[in-house]
Amino acid sequence: MSKIINNVVCPICGCLCDDLEVTVKNNEIVKMKNGCAVCEAKMVHGYKSEERILKPMIRKNGKLEPVSMDEAVKKAAQILTDAKYPLLFGWSSTVNEAQRIGVELAEELGSALDNCCSVCHGPSVMATQEVGIPAATLGQIRHRADLIVYWACNPWTSHPRHVERYTAFTDGRFEGSEWKSYMNKMKASASRKKMDIASKRIEREEAQINPQVEVNGPPPQTLQKPGRKMIVVDVRKTMSAEAADYFMQIEPNRDYDVIEALRCIVQDQELDVEKVGGVPVEYLREVADAMMKCEFGVIYFGLGMTQSLGRFRNIEVAIALARDLNRKTKFIISPMRGHFNVTGANQVFAWQTGYPYAIDFSQGYPQFNPGENTAVDLLKREDNDATLVISADPGAHFPSVVMKNMMKHPLITINPDMNAISRLGDVVFPTQWCGIEYVGTAYRMDSVPITLKKVVEAPPGVLTDEELLSKILAEVREIKKKRGLPVGLTEQKIVHTEPIEPPRVCPAPVTKPKPKKVVKKKKEAA
Amino acid sequence: MVEQKLRATLITGRTIEQGVGKELGKGSVEYYDSCAVCFFDKSDMQKIGIKNGSTVKVTSKYGSVIVKAQRYPWGTNPGMVFIPCGSWANCITGDETFSMGMPLFKGFPVEVESAPNQPVLTLDELLLKQFGRNSL
Repeated sequence: MSKIINNVVCPICGCLCDDLEVTVKNNEIVKMKNGCAVCEAKMVHGYKSEERILKPMIRKNGKLEPVSMDEAVKKAAQILTDAKYPLLFGWSSTVNEAQRIGVELAEELGSALDNCCSVCHGPSVMATQEVGIPAATLGQIRHRADLIVYWACNPWTSHPRHVERYTAFTDGRFEGSEWKSYMNKMKASASRKKMDIASKRIEREEAQINPQVEVNGPPPQTLQKPGRKMIVVDVRKTMSAEAADYFMQIEPNRDYDVIEALRCIVQDQELDVEKVGGVPVEYLREVADAMMKCEFGVIYFGLGMTQSLGRFRNIEVAIALARDLNRKTKFIISPMRGHFNVTGANQVFAWQTGYPYAIDFSQGYPQFNPGENTAVDLLKREDNDATLVISADPGAHFPSVVMKNMMKHPLITINPDMNAISRLGDVVFPTQWCGIEYVGTAYRMDSVPITLKKVVEAPPGVLTDEELLSKILAEVREIKKKRGLPVGLTEQKIVHTEPIEPPRVCPAPVTKPKPKKVVKKKKEAA
Repeated sequence: MVEQKLRATLITGRTIEQGVGKELGKGSVEYYDSCAVCFFDKSDMQKIGIKNGSTVKVTSKYGSVIVKAQRYPWGTNPGMVFIPCGSWANCITGDETFSMGMPLFKGFPVEVESAPNQPVLTLDELLLKQFGRNSL
């Protein structure tokens, strides 16, 4: 007997698409509609693959051996309590409820606490702290944006439904979809390629296929047309660039220069150079014109900015460009957050400690210092002497030069499947897939909280992240009590029933009743 | 004339195949096929005499890795090589963070040379070689 569940939220990327239609049969997802290729890979095949971990494991004599949950929890708590300065890293692919327990655990241990954003959009968070950010929700952009700039990102591969659901190819209330014009462009391009190949065959020359969007050619006339326009700026041509009205190819590590040049043009200043970052100034002038003439523009930026030279300064100057453009028109800027709840990790950490990532509890209170307390820097300096990794894979996504330092000390991993870091762990915990096997809250890339759904039952004996972390925390407190060490004041019993919904509406201000004024009547002069 | 080594700028990043592969499982064939590759411009491939599917050795200041060569399907990017992010790319990425926590993932120099008959390691083999342990 199969049943169809509607409006399931996809727990993969920052888009958190909430329109999936999932067919479940015998407690297994058998079919999925509306999702992208990556979503189908996880929701239909990946979550139940052979890589799934079903029992906790401890490394004995170099080999991972299955053990009971109690034994694994005791071992993990022992490792964390024995360590002088453990690092708790990950948190981006789990729900807010688990992240909250994570902060409590970090405080109890006096450890470092960092999330994946330190190797993706950490610089964006830093830049936002410096200069603020003009932002809007994805719904606003869907209905109103008429100029979409993707800077140093490739949404077609990293956020496959972003263009289709929120920007150029979606039918908004005030702006239409550009899908038809894109299809016409593709058809024209395909017939042009065929003609080219045929004519070259007649001339017996090697066929030279003209690229559809000329690399670093002048911006087309269509950039000034009414309706939605899409510009892609990147160091290499991508599938997203193919779909764009204009693709501007810049030299690697020159984002700062190009944005600063655009700012100069927007501010009516003269540029006495011919090219900036490999792009002629006259082309930049036309792009800046399109930016100033639009009614509602948006810049989406990706890891090409945060991981290139300049890091957070690139983002700072991009936000400054959006600020300058706001003097002429309406413009917003937003990062393309990767993991589905990396924004949530920043939100929860900031709500609990005051800081979004790179937090250090070694002094007993939270301190924030990116570059010192960030995971890669800690590992590089060999500061930490134990690591707990939850819902992340630094085994595949950290440079191996720093991973070698992580391997010198005990490693605890909490992941639903056998990813690279779980393959390296000393204590390996299984966990449920959030958004598939249990409910929870996650923040979309525009900081809108969305409740993830439960679709199938989890395998027996496998706990949620929140339950598992609560067990480890309780065990850590038990060990500390035995050793006569002070433990945290708040001992909460977590009963997982409903996800915690953050308040959507600000509470009404409390107004005190005003004291009644006693009005003395003046005696009228007789 | 075929040159011995190609000096290029390395970019690591996402591809849709890598996304699908990682969700199917890090030990899956799809993940291996999509991540243990290096994309080249056509002219660069001719320079060092390699074809689609040849094995190449990519070396940076921080290490080296053997991957398969593939022609970059979109546009021309001479002097730039692209490896999808994953365990293979991170054998050669750097630990320099410029005091910001972000290591070197994009836009740093590498050298590429043809490495015929050298095996492209699987994830478990790669982890064993680098860290002396895996799940087996």
